[in-house]
Amino acid sequence: MDLKLQKIIPQLITVLVVVLVFGFFTYNAQINMENRGIDFGYGFLSQESSFDVQFSLIEYDGSHSYFRAYLVGLLNTILVSVIGIIIATILGVIVGVARLSPNYLINQFAAFYVEFFRNIPLLLQIFFWYFAALRALPLPQDADAILGVFFLTIKGLYVPAFVWENLNVFLYSIIAAIIAIVVIRIHARKVQETQGKQLPVFWISVGLIFILPLLSFLIGGVSLSFEIPKLKQLATTSFKYEGGISLPPELIALTLSLALYTATFIAECVRAGIQGVGKGQKEAAASIGLNPNQVLKLVVMPQALRIIIPPTTNQYLNLTKNSSLAAAIAYPDLVLVFAGTALMQTGKAIEIVSITMFTYLSLSISISILMNWYNKKIAIKEK
Amino acid sequence: MSKINFLKPDKDNLTTFLYMGSFLFVISVIDVFLNSFFSLNITGFLPASLSFIIPIILGFIGLYFIRIEHSGNKFLDQVNKNINTSNFNAILSLLIIFIIIKAIPPVLSWFVVDASFAGDSKDVCSGTGACWTYIKVWFRRFMYGMYPNAEQWRINLSFIALALLGSVGYFATEKFKKYLTLYYVVIYPFIAFLFIFFFISGGPVFFDFSYGIIAAVISIIIGFFIPSKFKFYYFIFVPITLYIALKYFIFYEELIELGKLDGLNWVETGAWGGLSLTFIISFFCLIFCFPIGMAFALGRRSDFPLIRYISIGFIEFWRGVPLITVLFMSAVMFPMFLPADFFIDKLVRCIIAISLFEAAYVAEVIRGGLQALPRGQYEAAKSLGMGYWRMHIFVILPQALKLVIPGIANTFLALVKDTPLIFVVGLLEIVGMLNLAKTNPEWLGFAMEGYVFAAIIFWIICYAMSKYSYNLEQKYKTER
Repeated sequence: MDLKLQKIIPQLITVLVVVLVFGFFTYNAQINMENRGIDFGYGFLSQESSFDVQFSLIEYDGSHSYFRAYLVGLLNTILVSVIGIIIATILGVIVGVARLSPNYLINQFAAFYVEFFRNIPLLLQIFFWYFAALRALPLPQDADAILGVFFLTIKGLYVPAFVWENLNVFLYSIIAAIIAIVVIRIHARKVQETQGKQLPVFWISVGLIFILPLLSFLIGGVSLSFEIPKLKQLATTSFKYEGGISLPPELIALTLSLALYTATFIAECVRAGIQGVGKGQKEAAASIGLNPNQVLKLVVMPQALRIIIPPTTNQYLNLTKNSSLAAAIAYPDLVLVFAGTALMQTGKAIEIVSITMFTYLSLSISISILMNWYNKKIAIKEK
Repeated sequence: MSKINFLKPDKDNLTTFLYMGSFLFVISVIDVFLNSFFSLNITGFLPASLSFIIPIILGFIGLYFIRIEHSGNKFLDQVNKNINTSNFNAILSLLIIFIIIKAIPPVLSWFVVDASFAGDSKDVCSGTGACWTYIKVWFRRFMYGMYPNAEQWRINLSFIALALLGSVGYFATEKFKKYLTLYYVVIYPFIAFLFIFFFISGGPVFFDFSYGIIAAVISIIIGFFIPSKFKFYYFIFVPITLYIALKYFIFYEELIELGKLDGLNWVETGAWGGLSLTFIISFFCLIFCFPIGMAFALGRRSDFPLIRYISIGFIEFWRGVPLITVLFMSAVMFPMFLPADFFIDKLVRCIIAISLFEAAYVAEVIRGGLQALPRGQYEAAKSLGMGYWRMHIFVILPQALKLVIPGIANTFLALVKDTPLIFVVGLLEIVGMLNLAKTNPEWLGFAMEGYVFAAIIFWIICYAMSKYSYNLEQKYKTER
């Protein structure tokens, strides 16, 4: 057989199969929608949604459009993911380092944590926290204040709200501090390359990031006060906290379980990364006269991060995708608000499910593109 | 005896330091122990805050005294090396020891001492401990879902039979070892399907699909005797002809009626549930996702650009979306894509969705293994005159799969842990049944027991799987 033909035929067959399958689906979808009297289109996004959402970061009620409902869901998803990622990273790094500790008790404790939380389905953990653990919390009127200002009750966590004056000046001061730090770092590198002197960059940075915002308080007219939640009686047996920020129990249960679960995987990534740096590297670095801090900063960390970051990003993505389990405990995330309530009301199954999937897809593809770029940048340049 | 410097424990005064250190350490542990088990506070005469931290201070001083390097005492050296290398480590060790001692009594009393086991109604659960009676009463529901009680032997029988059939690999003699792959990949899943279809669901022996199965089996058996030159054409035409012949010419309605097993009631999949459903779904998804994933892994590394792009699209699509939306899709969107009179069972749709989803992850794992193989392996196989399939089946895949055993095991673990998500389409496996039982008005307030029970079961399953994969990894580890 002709070699060229041999190359083309399998491809043609595959494409044909794919096209046929998709064509079959589209054809059926058209017929089904005609039979049921549904028309295809994304026009419903601008219609009035007429349903309420319990918890939203932006202003929203039933009179807003479906598109705004979508935004509410998306923001709630992002909120859970960001908080979860921060907690999971901190916990994961601590546990990962603890697993390598020479202290037998500590590394066994860390190993126990990892094995325990990793082998229980996430959904079960979410249910556990939401339906069992958080339900054991006191009612609002019986709650004791933690540190005087936090109230952890069955209806959620109440934290004091910040009341800022001249917030923008404060933000500018932080931005100025960051710019100053970057400039100093570049300058310090230049000094080191040309004169071989090392500037105490770390301490200068710490000083800047504290002193500039402090100055903004002293002379910039910035002031900060706290609004502490207060108990308010609605009826004889019904109490509620007012003021401050209230975090619903769904959010707490979800973030907690996502963070505890994902931290086990991050811990394993961190451990693998640190173990992946050869012992010879540390010894070589020490033998050319670097002090332990420099060994960690200049030799071990850059190499360990190269191993740690790609799988950890994957875990971040997993956490974001897993946050869709919110639907199980009625936290109004993208899936619950949009693929749940909005779908029930409009019946636009294809449009809504496709938008939801596309949102998650674009989120993860953009992160993986970023990741590939980063990987290429830090990859060892082989000669 | 030299002068004792209490700030610097040294080897010369080993016994003194050892006795003093051990004494302080033991005192601190006893204090916490009494406090925790008998709620006795032997330091109660001190102010409350001091009494709270006194064990840590005592223990810390004790550990500081016994931190003597190269003491010559083997046990002491071990202790120092493992839990007492520095001040920081000593404090952490103490904290962990105290937390463990503190945690034992409440946990023990909740699980065992104050828990109620007897009886079969809610009344016995008045104590502060766990109410295992709840689990006992609901046990069948948690295991079998809504499956009728009188029929549950069918599930047990099928599972026992499948477990026995699954274990033949251990007893196979050398002669049959080479057929094991074929057995596990093709025959065993097929038998499993038949068991589940005939026994658990109570389906008829002859259904539309069985013609296809018979046709396939006959043509595979005959296929062994066909010269390899014609095999390709043989397998394209013969099974289909056979299927048509069987369906329209050979078997008649009477035969079909004859084949129906009497006495097994049809139990629809909506009634299945509990842990048995978890097993069924995990089992089939494991079996299906592996070959699909392998195909897409090969497709992603194919030389044909179109096949490669299709594979990349498939993999990235499934990896980019959460499983819950995939299940949503299979529940609300998928029926729209099928002809109106064509109905696929909820459970089957679920299995398809989860299989495709996990297949993408399996594909990425296997691709990692393929990429890790040196080019030399490909070139060596090619230079022996092997074609694409022969090269992959005999040279590349066995090595690549061996490399990625941990990754595949992790994917399978993720799959098992993802099965509770099928609550989205209304199927209730064990976690779903727990949520159902929890809302029963007669049994309110026992959510904790239920979740702990399910967590223990899942933990055992997943931990066993991960240990097994570790053993496999060690077994197939080859020096390179």
